Amino acid sequence: MSNAISREEVAKVARLARLTLSDAELELYTEQLGQILGHALDMNSLDLSDVVATAHPFGVTNVVREDVITPSLDRETVLAMAPDAVDHRFAVPRILGEAP
Amino acid sequence: MKSAMQIAADVRSGVSSASAELERTLAVVEQRNAELNVFLYVDVDGARAAASVIDSRIARGENVGALAGVPIAIKDNLCQVGIPTTCSSKILEGWRPPYNATVLDKVIAAGAVPVGKTNLDEFAMGSSTENSAFGPTRNPLDPSRVPGGSSGGSAAAVAADMTSISLGSDTGGSIRQPAALCGLVGVKPTYGLVSRYGLIAFASSLDQIGPFSKTVTDSALLLEVLAGHDPKDSTSLPEAAPSLVVHVDDGVAGKRIGLVRELYQGADDSVVASVHAAAQALRAAGAEIVEMSIPELGLTLSAYYLIAPAEASSNLARFDGVRYGLRVKADDVTAMMEATRTAGFGAEVKRRIMLGTYALSAGYYDAYYGQALKVRTLTIDAFARAYQQVDLLLGATTPSVAFAFGDKTADPMAMYLNDVFTIPTNLAGDPALSVPFGTGEGNLPVGVQLLGPGRSEAQLFAAARVLEIADGRP
Repeated sequence: MSNAISREEVAKVARLARLTLSDAELELYTEQLGQILGHALDMNSLDLSDVVATAHPFGVTNVVREDVITPSLDRETVLAMAPDAVDHRFAVPRILGEAP
Repeated sequence: MKSAMQIAADVRSGVSSASAELERTLAVVEQRNAELNVFLYVDVDGARAAASVIDSRIARGENVGALAGVPIAIKDNLCQVGIPTTCSSKILEGWRPPYNATVLDKVIAAGAVPVGKTNLDEFAMGSSTENSAFGPTRNPLDPSRVPGGSSGGSAAAVAADMTSISLGSDTGGSIRQPAALCGLVGVKPTYGLVSRYGLIAFASSLDQIGPFSKTVTDSALLLEVLAGHDPKDSTSLPEAAPSLVVHVDDGVAGKRIGLVRELYQGADDSVVASVHAAAQALRAAGAEIVEMSIPELGLTLSAYYLIAPAEASSNLARFDGVRYGLRVKADDVTAMMEATRTAGFGAEVKRRIMLGTYALSAGYYDAYYGQALKVRTLTIDAFARAYQQVDLLLGATTPSVAFAFGDKTADPMAMYLNDVFTIPTNLAGDPALSVPFGTGEGNLPVGVQLLGPGRSEAQLFAAARVLEIADGRP
């Protein structure tokens, strides 16, 4: 039986999820995800075209509150837990490349 | 070991004190934690200070609450101000939350003393605690076996008599399964009954926080404290906490209870025997037992293992090395995020993130995630039909008693199958609990599961109490 997911697809998914896989991991995950997805394909034997999808047990509705300013988390306390902060902000490595 | 009910009564009356109860807990932790790996962090100083405040308030004649001076263990995916909170993941190692989960505020306001954070499968993904980045927890009843998971540390804390009560979270059975494997009562409440604010999210439409305890009454007592509307959780039910303890001895006379084939079929003989014996005990207490089949439940495992990873892949996107925890340095931001996530997440978490990412990706969404959501609808409808015929449902919690380390780690599907009886109720959002009833292989406890429609917790506790008495724990 052909695997439900190919090695190339696993590599693509890992890239989308921002994960680096070794060759051995790629091999293992292709096999394991294939097994799990193969099991899941059982569901496709059912005709569910008339069934409405449910994403949430009780249906979620927007909850609003009065537009009143209340205290939020202290900025310095939060930033103290960040890997890097500069000028009261989270700091990250360069996002854009050098100008050509 | 005294029950939480007894500890609170003794502390209030002056027979004992919060400090004395805490020292007893700390002594047992000191004695057994190295062997069992229950707590990842013990807040000795904070807990001593909290206990001492409770004792002085009692000395002044104040009412300190329903859990006066009761030490409580907290699963390490619940935020507590200033206390390391890791989700048993290297990606959060060293992070200290700047706020309390609502349930922490609630137990503290009720007089309980949080003693520390308990081990779990990384980000609550697993059924044995073997996925923890900080080593597995051992089952106090047989240290060669797993305590179950993902809330294995919280279950082991109570089973090892470290605390009388603890907090866990249940996405597909993560409270009920370890409760069954450790011989405890464990409750997955109605979705929305307990605020999820400050619970680090795994699968938001499935996660619920709930109690562990040795006695049915203690779980009812703790759930009364945990429940109630919270404006900080938009999925929190807009209603007051229900009264539960007063209904624990209501019994089951006149109740109709469905014995559901799909909820014990395929389990070990000793488990099936316990389920049938539990049905007999409920019948002897005046319930009518109705044998039922709900074929839709056979589809729920597949649906769950797409829905939960899909939600997880989205929820865990926030762990990118920017705002908390680990950062692996790299030249640009994408490389930094990828290096951080690769180093920070364990194998099972990566597996589920990829599974979820795939199920949600263009071209596969309809075949996997879309189909799973439709199966979720079928599950909800099937339960609703069942509850038109009966008040509660009965089945097994797990297919077997506690298993040995390494038994199921090589094969993810084998581990997932452990959740086959607990998953359906999470998809429906309904409550369920596990209560010990009888024993199986190695004289280890068997848990039977009681399920009910939304907001039926009081009836579930009453039925569980009948089983507790029938099993010899009056």
